[in-house]
Amino acid sequence: MTVATKPLVETARRPLRGGRRFSLDWLGAVPFLAYVGLFLLLPTAIVVGGAFVGPKGLTLSNLTAMNKSYIIGAFVHSVVLSAASAIIGAVLGAVLAYAVATGNPKGVLRRLVTSACGVLAQFGGVTLAFAFLATIGLAGFITLWLQQRGINIYANSFWLAELSGLVLVYTYFQIPLMVLVFLPALDGIRPQWREATESLGGGTWHYWRYVAGPLLAPAFLGGTLLLFANAFSAYATAAALISQGSIIASLLIANTLTSEVGLAQPGLASALALVMVVIVAVVMVLYTQLQRRTSKWLQ
Amino acid sequence: MSRNRRLKLQVFRVVVFLVFGAFFLIPIGAMFEFSTRGNGDAPRTLVAWQTIFQTPDLVAAILASLALAVITSLGMLLLLVPTMIWVRLRLPSLSRIVEFLCLLPLTIPGIVLVAGLAPEYRWLSINVSESILTLAFVYLVLVLPYTYRTLHTGLAAIDVKTLSEAARSLGAGWATVMGRIIVPNMWSALLNASLLSVAVVLGEFTIANLLNYVNLQVSIFLVGKANGAVSIAVAVASLMFAFLLLVILSFFGRPRARVARLEEA
Repeated sequence: MTVATKPLVETARRPLRGGRRFSLDWLGAVPFLAYVGLFLLLPTAIVVGGAFVGPKGLTLSNLTAMNKSYIIGAFVHSVVLSAASAIIGAVLGAVLAYAVATGNPKGVLRRLVTSACGVLAQFGGVTLAFAFLATIGLAGFITLWLQQRGINIYANSFWLAELSGLVLVYTYFQIPLMVLVFLPALDGIRPQWREATESLGGGTWHYWRYVAGPLLAPAFLGGTLLLFANAFSAYATAAALISQGSIIASLLIANTLTSEVGLAQPGLASALALVMVVIVAVVMVLYTQLQRRTSKWLQ
Repeated sequence: MSRNRRLKLQVFRVVVFLVFGAFFLIPIGAMFEFSTRGNGDAPRTLVAWQTIFQTPDLVAAILASLALAVITSLGMLLLLVPTMIWVRLRLPSLSRIVEFLCLLPLTIPGIVLVAGLAPEYRWLSINVSESILTLAFVYLVLVLPYTYRTLHTGLAAIDVKTLSEAARSLGAGWATVMGRIIVPNMWSALLNASLLSVAVVLGEFTIANLLNYVNLQVSIFLVGKANGAVSIAVAVASLMFAFLLLVILSFFGRPRARVARLEEA
């Protein structure tokens, strides 16, 4: 059947030159791309561009203006707060996730815990600040209860509205977030691996040190990084808890942006925002790398 | 597993759940306690809860946030679902870019986004509308990372290509393919995505506050300066509402692949 190799009628062919056939398929993606461009990429570009624009055109003065002790201090505080709350949240969140993972995977308890974690990881903000004020604020019920017994937890200062207070409050949303990201990794651990360790004569220590530990390490580190980025970009809780001053970077950006006395410095605010987005982006890239590694091992 | 170790594990679990349960429930219980306190030595009262509905600003903010939640959910579905289906069928080369763009808001903190949005919203309020509902534009971007994952899982669970080819060969247009073939096959993913959007929108504070709009969270914050008990009552009510939404969500069969998706992100 050699006839079939040569059609009787020449149909329209792709032009030999001029590249691919013109297609209108890409039009279908235009609304989405335009929307994201307008409300995500354009604002980001405005921030990045704004960091290099002053009243007299292009300038680096916004970036050099950041060399002030209160600005550097705010960023240092942010890093300390984020690192402390990330490490505490990651360790405690991993413990809670382990307790959940060792239970019935379809049980009511697990469903309740994961739903609660979903809400608590998201729903920080003002509600969270108020929850802690109602608990250990100046009129909080634990504070009052302890006072009746002669203990004043604020004998030295009202530390709830300071950095140490923020660390405590932040763990309230960091732990649930860690549970959500760490649980899938724990689910990937198979009981057979433990049995294999035991059949080779290894005990609990050996299992955690040489099998489960190294397997879970990337997921744990990744989770910690995500928690760090999460705390670093948080604003609402601190804003609701601290009425005066800008002790952390996000508060500083907000105050620079909308100064009540009309001293708003949009250029400086953009520069500060740029620094924040760079730090968060670096952390998130590392997190993505670690997550990729985790999913390679645990599937 | 030896009996000894199983016992140890059970003790460990009970202790962990009790300790964490206390840490997470006490602040919420404290909010109930605080919101029902009477003045001085007066007995417990529900005055604060009743006052919610007598505070017009608060009611307006609650309604605005609910409207924003609905608009954002619908807008998100209208924008994202057709795009994701189209990309899957006709533009596979674009799928990485769409995924990247959808997950990008996780990397750009709200406080940064708001710095760039300020000029855009100034323009919007002058030329289009001053309504708080314009916040839905940016809220749609905020919910993208969460809804993308859910919708992606929902789409991966069905054979979009075969379904659409079958429908097309029977003469269906693209609108019919999307509206009557693919969407009915992934309704639980659509519902999940919508509920997640509602939860995110109801909890949003940063952007509304800095753009000078009074949504639910901003209103709780403002009322709290004058009347702590009332604002705490609203706060705890909205927290319960979000919790209820997510519990409902957990009952709509999450596809197994969801766990794997979370890891990928």
